[in-house]
Amino acid sequence: MAKSLIQQIQLEFPDAVLETHSQHGDDTVVVDAAAWKAVARFAKDTLAMEMLVDLTCVDWLGREPRFDVVAHLHSLSKGQRLRLKARVGDAEGEHAEIESLTELWGSANWSEREAWDMFGVRFVGHPDLRRILTYPEFVGHALRKDYPADRVQPLVPYREVDNTEKLPPFDHHEGMSFGRQTHAFSRGED
Amino acid sequence: MGELKKPSTQEILETGQGQGFATTKFSDLLAWAQKYSLFMYPFVTACCGMEFMAVSSPRFDHSRFGAEAPRFSPRQSDLLWVVGTIVQRQAPILKRIYEQMAEPKWVLAFGTCASVGGFYDNYACVAGIDKIIPCDVYIPGCPPRPEAVLDGLMLLQDKIQSGDRRPGIVKPRFDPVTRPDMGVVQLRRSKHG
Repeated sequence: MAKSLIQQIQLEFPDAVLETHSQHGDDTVVVDAAAWKAVARFAKDTLAMEMLVDLTCVDWLGREPRFDVVAHLHSLSKGQRLRLKARVGDAEGEHAEIESLTELWGSANWSEREAWDMFGVRFVGHPDLRRILTYPEFVGHALRKDYPADRVQPLVPYREVDNTEKLPPFDHHEGMSFGRQTHAFSRGED
Repeated sequence: MGELKKPSTQEILETGQGQGFATTKFSDLLAWAQKYSLFMYPFVTACCGMEFMAVSSPRFDHSRFGAEAPRFSPRQSDLLWVVGTIVQRQAPILKRIYEQMAEPKWVLAFGTCASVGGFYDNYACVAGIDKIIPCDVYIPGCPPRPEAVLDGLMLLQDKIQSGDRRPGIVKPRFDPVTRPDMGVVQLRRSKHG
């Protein structure tokens, strides 16, 4: 019988795998944050995980490292799923840094921006790590467990945007451009 | 026929009867014209928009009140319908829309979210549009029934006629507790014995 996904990752990265479990065919591998991108690259190239379904974050307040960065992978050719986790950040939520997966899957771009916006996990190597759901003046990260639930941020003024090439959150290669941008963009250039 | 009753100016204006002329104050005439020609700007952001469509459609039909023509330019509209939740990020846009409208202008908060923020008491949402712009009529409800919206529209018309710029709130037409024939109360009673 072929080796399971977990076994293959364990064989390839014997030191990086911290924990594994598999429930109802849902394979989960907790890896060292330093090996995050290497494991992801292995999963994409060798295990044929063509699709990054979701990349998100979990805040375990009181635990150290505090955050779980979670990536859900799906293999379209083999019909398998794999979940990767890595633990980052100290008790105050500082130094939460992990490598970006944008190079491997384009869909990681917005997911990582959301994780940065909501949890303050910094993705090293991300091409454009800006807030995506909230606005630049927003203070703090809203989905952290220690963010006060009743905190009201001050209203922001109307913003004149000169550089309409890059209106948040849309960039010309990030999705359909609309709003004040021109629709005359070329397809298949990049 | 009995006693002859002299029709009021309002009746003469509304029914078209009379002897070819009517006397009134200019401000009253202007207000009368304004309240039946509300060009609206629907600022629809959330699920209340579905109920707004119900009010616009023939069954309830707010065009009966002269508030028919939607104008998707704030320059041409008198009445700003804020329909749905307004988030912090959207707040400056709503304010800019309001500033672009020409006087005289009125604002109608459609639904609980636009009025007070509703249950979205979180980091993203504005707790009521009156944090940003002045509001004339609040219509509570999640979403409000079309009857409540029509009540709100008529309340606004009364305010325009009387020149009252104080905010008004649409009250429920009846209190369900005082109406035992209402299905919901009956159901509760039969459930709990």
